[in-house]
Amino acid sequence: MQILAQVAFILALAIGIGIFIRNIRRMIRNINLGREIDRTDNSSKRWKKMVKIALGQYKMVRRPVSGIIHVIVYLGFIIINIEVLEIIIDGIFGTHRVFSVAGAPYSFLIGAFEILAFLVLVGVIIFWIRRNVLNIYRFKARELTEWPKNDANYILYFEMVLMSLFLIMNAADYQLQLNLAPHYAMASGEIAGAFPVSSFLLPLLDGFSDSTLIIIERTAWWLHILGILFFLNYLYYSKHLHILLAFPNVYFSKLKPKAEFDNIDAVTKEVQLMMDPNADPFAAPAEAEGAEEEGEPEKFGASDVFDLNRVQLLNAYTCTECGRCTDQCPANNTGKLLSPRKIMMDTRDRLEAVGENINKNGKFVDDGKQLLDDHITREELWACTTCQMCIEACPVGIDPLSIIVEMRRYLMMEQSAGPADLNNAMGNIENNGAPWPYNQMDRLNWATEN
Amino acid sequence: MAENIKVPTMAEFMAEGKQPEVLFWVGCSGSFDDRAKKITKAFVRLLNKAKVDFAVLGTEESCTGDPAKRAGNEFLYQMQAAGNIEVLNGYEIKKIVTTCPHCFNIIKNEYPGLGGNYEVMHHTTFLKSLLEEGRLTVEGGKFKGKRITFHDPCYLGRGNGIYEAPRDLLRKLEVELVEMKRCKKDAMCCGAGGAQMFKEPEPGKEDVNVARTEQAIDVKPEVIAAGCPFCNTMMTDGVKAKNREDNIAVMDIAEMIATAEDL
Ligand code: SF4
Ligand code: SF4
Repeated sequence: MQILAQVAFILALAIGIGIFIRNIRRMIRNINLGREIDRTDNSSKRWKKMVKIALGQYKMVRRPVSGIIHVIVYLGFIIINIEVLEIIIDGIFGTHRVFSVAGAPYSFLIGAFEILAFLVLVGVIIFWIRRNVLNIYRFKARELTEWPKNDANYILYFEMVLMSLFLIMNAADYQLQLNLAPHYAMASGEIAGAFPVSSFLLPLLDGFSDSTLIIIERTAWWLHILGILFFLNYLYYSKHLHILLAFPNVYFSKLKPKAEFDNIDAVTKEVQLMMDPNADPFAAPAEAEGAEEEGEPEKFGASDVFDLNRVQLLNAYTCTECGRCTDQCPANNTGKLLSPRKIMMDTRDRLEAVGENINKNGKFVDDGKQLLDDHITREELWACTTCQMCIEACPVGIDPLSIIVEMRRYLMMEQSAGPADLNNAMGNIENNGAPWPYNQMDRLNWATEN
Repeated sequence: MAENIKVPTMAEFMAEGKQPEVLFWVGCSGSFDDRAKKITKAFVRLLNKAKVDFAVLGTEESCTGDPAKRAGNEFLYQMQAAGNIEVLNGYEIKKIVTTCPHCFNIIKNEYPGLGGNYEVMHHTTFLKSLLEEGRLTVEGGKFKGKRITFHDPCYLGRGNGIYEAPRDLLRKLEVELVEMKRCKKDAMCCGAGGAQMFKEPEPGKEDVNVARTEQAIDVKPEVIAAGCPFCNTMMTDGVKAKNREDNIAVMDIAEMIATAEDL
């Protein structure tokens, strides 16, 4: 019986971790579909930023209520999962509370876990109320369709159940120890662990026989570990991937001033060629032909996920769908369709569709769809004021603006599909050196007019 | 112009074989927009008063390419940048000051990658340094004790981390500085950036400039101080839309200092 349980445990562990590794590999493969980008400079600055923003949750606490509860839930969840290490060792070797040999420190730890579990439970309940009962702008947007809404709630239910299981397991264990049940009670007769919270549950277990208590304890123990393995694999399909990705995402985020956009090198080369009076007029077409022979000529901007860079795709997987960006986006605030959160969610949805396509066909087979128009509309893209508020607001270092700009570049340079009035302004800049139809020769008139 | 302001050009400096202390980059708005021209002139008066040896490019200046770049027309932007950099490098310009945060950002951050390396300052930072060097003095004058709120331009504040220089100048004017709920890092855009200035807004409930102006009106200011010609236009329109133009003025900080000093 015992050996059977051990085999079942090892099997569950192997399957759970196996699927997790497969998912992570798929995710990395999908991210690598994007263009290369070098963000390995300034590593000490990047580490510091990661510690401050990802680990320290510096931006989360700028909104004190949700920020502080998030820190509690996060720390609680992580620390309590140290317990999982013990569960795994016990599961494989058929031991019980193997770390309890440590004595007092062990009791302290278990006691601390219980208090944390209780705080997490309270925090998660407050989160549920905020999300479902209170009227909060960022939880009501149109991109929060059924799945994202459910995803957010599922995870809360899930944590409630996990924390409850942990406490029930401890309560049953405590009662068994008090009953001096074999395998549970310490040889020394001392109590292993401390149960500041679960001891309040003892009245619920009143009158149960040892065998019933063992069933309760074992069931809670098994559900707890199976739940964690399930959670590990749920991550990939959920906004909770940020638990892992917040770290690399912040590390690779932009360090330059937010208002600084990158220059496209390929454009620089073309402009140099055009401006160079010594350039051989016949050299340019020859070179262009050469480029075509080697493959596609460089595409400017992005119409699909393949044209985005890898950091942008990592951003999409990291987005927690918290809506802090959208909450402060001036376009969204004034009723425009644009929502930076939706930009990130759309990018991830499209990338996932492409990934599924590759899983099925071995390689990407054109599905007649793309990120532009099928997910993100032009109306959304043109509503952006490039104010960078979304970048500033994001607690995990995501840059929705860079995707918007990349897609505008495609519309402008590959499709000449800007709004008509904007095209006028572009024409003016080209012809008169100003976005308005004034003559460049009149540029200094202000100095002499009254 | 009737008043006596001196606006020397780089070409004139060149002819005399001289190099100015700083180049004043006027920008399209500052050159052509009627409201923004007033800011340009106020700033020039301050430069003259502080005896700053400056020059402008005049007809040799061209659009920096900012609206093109933010709209996604990288090609047009880089053409503009290449032309401007050629002129600036031709004159061996080292230091540039501008009254427009968009010109400031693009020349400071994006031109270096294309071969244009200069020390670039926004006029508020520049004016602050003039005060610190004792070349310019500012006293409260007309604005002493008035309730003033400052609207952070995205490309100056959040975009480049400059929040204090404009506020320090306002403090020098001895105003009662009141902050909007969304200020500094969290300041809401006026709605002009990203080439929005040159197009109709997308359909929505409200215009961005009106929403932002409402936030300013909430703190009951007598003057909404601005540091960007586009913000200035947007907030001025917002104040008009709210029918408050009789008791709320929208002014650039340079204009406020020039007015306070009766320049
Ligand atoms: S940069 Fe664009 S998307 Fe981001 S907050 Fe500003 S307007 Fe919204
Ligand atoms: S981009 Fe950042 S701020 Fe916006 S929803 Fe995603 S995680 Fe939240």
